[in-house]
Order: sequence, then structure tokens, then C-alpha cells
Amino acid sequence: MTLLFPTLTAALRQPSGAAGLALVALHLLIALAAPFIIPHDVAAQNSAAILQPPSLIHPFGTDRLGRDVFSRTLLGGREAMLISTLSAICAMVWGSITGIVVALAGGRLDSAVMRVVDAMVAIPWILLVMLFVAALGSSTAALIPLLGFSYGLSVIYLARSAALDFVARDFVLAAQVRGESRWTIAVKELLPNIRDSLAVQGAMQWSWIFLAVSSLSFLGMGVAPPTPDWGQMIADARGIMRTAPWTVVWPMVFLSSLIIGVNLAVDAWAKALGIERLGRTPQA
Amino acid sequence: MTVLAIDSLSIAVAAHGPDALPVIDGISLKVAEGESLGIAGESGSGKSTLLLAMMGLIQDGLHRTGGKASFAGVSLLDRDDGELTSLRGGKLAMVPQNAGTALTPSFRIGQHIDEALRLHTGLAAVARTRRIVELLRQVRLPDPASLLKRYPHQLSGGQLQRVAIAMALAGEPQVLLLDEPTSGLDVMTQQRIIELLGEIRSQRAMAAVCVSHDLGVLAQLCDKLAVMYAGRIVEFGEAGRVLAEPRHPYVKALVASVPRLSSISLPRPIGGAAPGVPERLSGCSFLPRCSRAGSGCSGQPPPLQALQPGHLVACRYPEAATHAATSSPAPVIARPAAEVPVLRLENVSVSYRRSSWLSPRQQPPAVSGLSLTLMQSEILALVGESGSGKSTVLRAIAGLWPLAGGSITCSTAAGERERRRAVQLIFQNPDSSLNPRHTVEEIIAQPLRLYFGMGRAEIRAAACHYLASAELDPRYLTRYPAQLSGGERQRVAIARALAAKPSTLLCDEITSALDVSVQAAILHLIHDLSRSQGVAVLFVTHNIAAAAALADRIGVLHEGQLVELGPSATICASPQDSYTKSLVGYSQLSAKRTTFSRIGG
Repeated sequence: MTLLFPTLTAALRQPSGAAGLALVALHLLIALAAPFIIPHDVAAQNSAAILQPPSLIHPFGTDRLGRDVFSRTLLGGREAMLISTLSAICAMVWGSITGIVVALAGGRLDSAVMRVVDAMVAIPWILLVMLFVAALGSSTAALIPLLGFSYGLSVIYLARSAALDFVARDFVLAAQVRGESRWTIAVKELLPNIRDSLAVQGAMQWSWIFLAVSSLSFLGMGVAPPTPDWGQMIADARGIMRTAPWTVVWPMVFLSSLIIGVNLAVDAWAKALGIERLGRTPQA
Repeated sequence: MTVLAIDSLSIAVAAHGPDALPVIDGISLKVAEGESLGIAGESGSGKSTLLLAMMGLIQDGLHRTGGKASFAGVSLLDRDDGELTSLRGGKLAMVPQNAGTALTPSFRIGQHIDEALRLHTGLAAVARTRRIVELLRQVRLPDPASLLKRYPHQLSGGQLQRVAIAMALAGEPQVLLLDEPTSGLDVMTQQRIIELLGEIRSQRAMAAVCVSHDLGVLAQLCDKLAVMYAGRIVEFGEAGRVLAEPRHPYVKALVASVPRLSSISLPRPIGGAAPGVPERLSGCSFLPRCSRAGSGCSGQPPPLQALQPGHLVACRYPEAATHAATSSPAPVIARPAAEVPVLRLENVSVSYRRSSWLSPRQQPPAVSGLSLTLMQSEILALVGESGSGKSTVLRAIAGLWPLAGGSITCSTAAGERERRRAVQLIFQNPDSSLNPRHTVEEIIAQPLRLYFGMGRAEIRAAACHYLASAELDPRYLTRYPAQLSGGERQRVAIARALAAKPSTLLCDEITSALDVSVQAAILHLIHDLSRSQGVAVLFVTHNIAAAAALADRIGVLHEGQLVELGPSATICASPQDSYTKSLVGYSQLSAKRTTFSRIGG
């Protein structure tokens, strides 16, 4: 918490940071409140009201099965947010631990592990995920470890290079001379110095994973119907984009505003912490 | 004729107006043709900012708040960079502080100099090559024809410094600006660079401005000397006179804080620390540390007044014109006579480890057949140049390098863990040896927790105790290293070492990253600790004068061999080994030129 609050206020002082945090807060609020405020059942089909333009009853119109786009949009981020949060935690935990361990060990273990990681990063993860989903079926429980694992690979690079900055410093050497255990060195000496970078990276990972989940849903391999999801809604409506634009515009606006909000907030936060954000571009 | 003129120049941090924090404040200086000016000052005194302003450069975040700088009548601070490029590196050239990082790693030596020639002379390619060889010969580099095809990493530190000088000379400068030209070089290399610069200056009748914290270097290089403190010039005059008869209390104390081979006693430290930019006072900034301060010292800063023609001092109560060296030496406590050995090195060898392509690690310089015994409360200094293996010895004792042969026995400790506790290593640079995310209390708590299993309450009390041993106030416990000065950080590192209740302290160049006046205080602290607590100290340094001042015995390391070992006084007065002789000789040379020649003779 000492990490969060002073820097949060500093991030809020930057206009882009304030805008980003406001967007993220709004999305969280909507996601939490959605079940209580949606006017229609998200799965309820109404053959009498197919592809209706926005009206008072259906503020965002209806889709080709006559479902209320407003209700589906408000509810459409929840599942992906949950998956992203859990996957990001998985990715950060396994990536950070591996990164710090290889940085501290150095030598052959470091070289060996990093070459394996290099090789794994070279595999297009989306193919891997498709393979797994085809074999195991699309389920949230399977998606979380899969995404956590593949996104953790890039965390290894970051955690390792952040830790390497400090491994060569004399205070780590001093701890070795004292005879401190590797565990103490990692937790007491290294972690406090790299946790800022890791925290920022974690927030970034979250937005990348969210995009990945949406992409998978778009491909029909992510969030499974009847649970509504933005990626899935865009996929459903992509054939009728011209005739019924309302079916596709709202999920797009929600999806992109969340990603933009997270990015702005993280950028401002990183600036407030005084760190360069590494690895700007997401894989995929 | 004046070539470079600084006229009441002020440069401040951030805002204009009353909130501006001056980094340099109302500096006026003139450099005449062929003259050399030295600017001395400790870190944070504003000397580098001043030197950059002489190049027409002001760092980001700083603003000029008044005054001007001009070169041969051309104003340097009112023009854009485009107009100054023909001047910079040409008639007005600068040798950067660290030549090793100032040269582009992927450019050959020849390309570096060629660039300067292309920009500032109209020579054709063939003529330029001839000129490069000529320049490299002028800076006394061997075999210039093959050297110009090499890359910077293939050259030694001294050679790189020579290349940087050759680059600066390429544009036939009228004024050469030198930023710490010898820092980071070994004593002998330093001396050769100083000789080279003197030679070049006398051949070319070129003016020079040299910024350094090393008074010895400035004494040898410069005719005039300006001493800066907290952004102002506090004393200015003939270099020899300023150093021999300093009149400003700060300059006098600074001169007295430099260890000298000629007097084997501890140099006197200056109490307190130089103020940071926001802490500077409206009156004399030296006031809190000054023993001569009177009622007139606060309020307005004292003006720079001529005490004698050509000797200006900014002090209302200047010192009497006495010889600096006559100040009484600091008291030295005699070593107890009992000879109890605590650490014994027998035939110790550390060799290069074979590096595999999977683990390219840094290799320690080899050490072979080293034997010495360290007695209780004895201070033994290991002196040598970089690459002599002196740090390798310390690290081998600390258990960081495996021994290739011989043995190290610590008589007060049985077992690996006890040995690690009994022998404590203090690092050269306290900036990197203290974890930036730990408070001082957490830093000192680490050995307490590890070796003695102390709980929270005990740690607080013990940490206070060890801070006090390192002469720091208990209120420092809650601070982070970034909130401390360099000297204070090194004291915290010493307190951490003491907290392990060691029988031996291994000091790896612990004063070389600190300002001169702070260095003296750390030497005192180490001396007092060894005497009062009976700790044996193995003090590794490249500075033989500091070794002589502090140590009971000196060992000289050369290429991994202990070439001489004996009492400090004997080593300094009558060195036997040829290498020791040259080391002592060079150090004496710089010391002699520092103070005593010009006034006496």
C-alpha cells in the first residue's frame, strides 16, 4: 500500500493519468453494478424485436436474435476481467520468481533457462491455445493457466533484467559475504528494488491478457455463450455491421476505452514511480 | 589579452525570481592567453556547472539567472548551438572527465580524431591521416600508425585519456577545458598525463581551465587557482600561494585535510558537510562549519576582496598568513603493544578461473604466494595500482573468490559462519553497497538478525549503539541512503560492519569515492575504531599518502606479488623495492609541488 497511494495521487495530477484512472474506475463500477441495473435478461431472445435500432426500451438496440445490446454490453466485460485478473496474477507470480531466480543463479542455469524461454516465446501462443482448447474444450478454468503461462514468459525477461541491474550491486555482494541465504537476498534485497517495475508490468500484462481473452472470444474459443462477452458480440455482429452498426459499435467502444484507460493510467503511474516501462508492445 | 571571461554568472535550479536556487552564484573569472586556471571544489560546489558554462552549455533543469560568459569577445550563452558548433571542439575544446565512456565504442581511434579534424580544419583525407598520426605522437602514444585502427576498448585508461587530449588538440584550441583530467587513473599514469599536459601547454601557448577536486593535480597544472564552495568562489590567487598560505578558513581546512607523505600523521577533517543546493545560506555558506565565524557572517555573503594584490578571499575574518603545513597534526593514539594475531594469510594464491562460453564472468587479477599476518588493533595498508590484485586479496579473504592455493586462518573464529562474521568487508562505494530501499535501521539490523538472532526491540538499541560508534546521530535510523551524504553513507556501511562484532575490517578503497575533507574524517574513524575496539584493519588503497597517514604497516602489491612489507615510516622514508621506490617517488613529487616549493623558493 505504501507503493500505491502516494504514487496514485501523483498519477492523478497528470491529465492523462486522471483520464485513464477515471475510465478504469468507471469500467470497474459498471462491471460490479451491471447485474443489478441491466433492464433485460442477457440471454432472452425476442423474435419480435430483431435488429431494432436504439430506442427507449433498448438504449443500444437489439441484435440478430433480439437480445438487448445494452444489457449484454454492460455485462460483457465481467468474465474477461475475471479471467485476465487471475491469469495476470499467475503470469506475474511464475514469471517474477523464475526471472529473479535465474538472475541470482547466473551462469549456466541462467543461460539454459533463458534459451528455453527464447524458444517458447518464438511459438505463436494463439496456436498453442487453440490446440489446447480444441483438445480440452473451451473453459475458463483451462484458459487461466494457459494465458498465465504464455504471458509469464515475457515477465521472465522483465524480472530478470530488472533483477540483474541490482545483482551486480555491492549490497547484494555484501549480503553474500555476510552469508545470507539466497531466499533472503531475493526477498529482502532484490524484491524491494524491483517491485515497482513488476507492479507496472503486472498492470500492463492485465490489459494485454484482456485483449487476448477478447480475441479468443472473437474466435469462439474464449468466453462461451450464453455468458455475454465483447469479443464474442463483435464476432456475432460482424456480418451485419453495415445494416445494424449499433450491434458492434458499443462492445467496441467499451473494449477499447477499457484498454486505453488502463494504458493511460499505467503510463502515468510508471511516470510517477520514475521508471521506464519496458516491453511496450504486446505479443500476438 | 583575455580569451575567456565569466562575468558575474549565476545559474540556478528551476524557477526564475526569488525561488530560484543558485547552483553557481555571481562568479567572475578571466583567463588570459596562455594562462592556466584551476578550479577546485568538492562535489556539489558547482565547479562542473561552471566548466560547462564555459563551453556555452547549461544542463537541463538549470537556468542562467544573470551574468555572461564570453570567448574572445563572442558571447557563449546567448547563441544557439548551431552558431557555437564551429567554436566547440575547435578553438574551445574540452577533455571530458572519463575518456573511457566519452569515446564511442564502435568508432576506431583514428575516426574519433578524424571527426574533429574534418569539422574544424579544411584538410583533405590524406593530410588528415598524417595529422592524426602526428597528434597521437604528440600525446606520446606508442606506434600511432597501428593505434588509429584500434577500438577504445583495446586501450588502457591512460591511453584513452591521451586520445581524448589528442582529439581536443585537433582543432588547435586557444583554450583547453579539462574536467578532472586524471581522476580514475593510477598515480603513475596520473603523473605522466600531468607532465604531458604541461608539455603541450608550454609548446602551444594555449590557455587551460582545469576543474578538479585534487589539489595536488591543480597545483602542478595551473598558474592561478580558484577554490569554490557552495556555488561561490571563496579564494582566488596564484596557485602556489593559495595552497601554501590559504586565507579562507575553508581552504585552509581543505588543504589540511589532504594526506601527505611528508607528515606521517592523520590529516585533519572538516567537521560537518558541504550544504546541498537548497540548504545554502544567504550569508557565508561555510558559517556552520567555521571556527572563526563572527557576527558579520550571516546576512550578506562576504564579497571577494583582495588581501594582497592578486590574492582574493571571500571572508570577513580571514586566517593569518601562516604556512598551511604548520597547523598542528591531529592526535594519534598509540597502538597497544600486545601482539595478538587475528588473521593469517599463508602463501595465498588466487588464479584466473577458466571461463566457459556459457558463463563469461569477470576475472580477478591473479595473486600469488601472498603471506601476511594481521595483529589485533593493527592497521595494515595494502597499496597498489589497479590490476595489482589488492581488491582480489580482500575478496578472497571475504570468501568471494576461491583460493587456488595457500590458506587463510582467522584465529578468532572457528567454522565458516563464524569466519564470515569475524571478517567484515566495507566496500569502496557506499552508493551501491547500501540497499536504496532499506532504512539505516534495516541496514544495520541485517547482521544483528543474521548472526545474533536479535528481536525488534534489541535491534533498535543495538543499531543506535553502532551508529554512535560510527559517529552518527540516532535520528538517522529512519532515513534512507538517498537522504544521506556520501560520508554519512560510508559511516552507515561501517556501522553495519561493526554490528557483526568483527575482529577484522577489510576496507576496499573506502575513501576514494568521497570528497577530500570527508576522506580525512573516515580515516580518523577507522583509526579510532581500531584503537578503541581492538579491531584489526586491512586497508586497501591506491593512495600511498593516505596509507602512510593511517597505517601501522604498509604492504606494496605489484602484479599480484607482495613486493614490500614494513612499518609505514620505513616504507615511505626508505623504500627498498624498485616499484615501491617509484610509487613513493611519484607521490612525493605531487606532494612537493602541491605546497612547499613556490613559497619557500
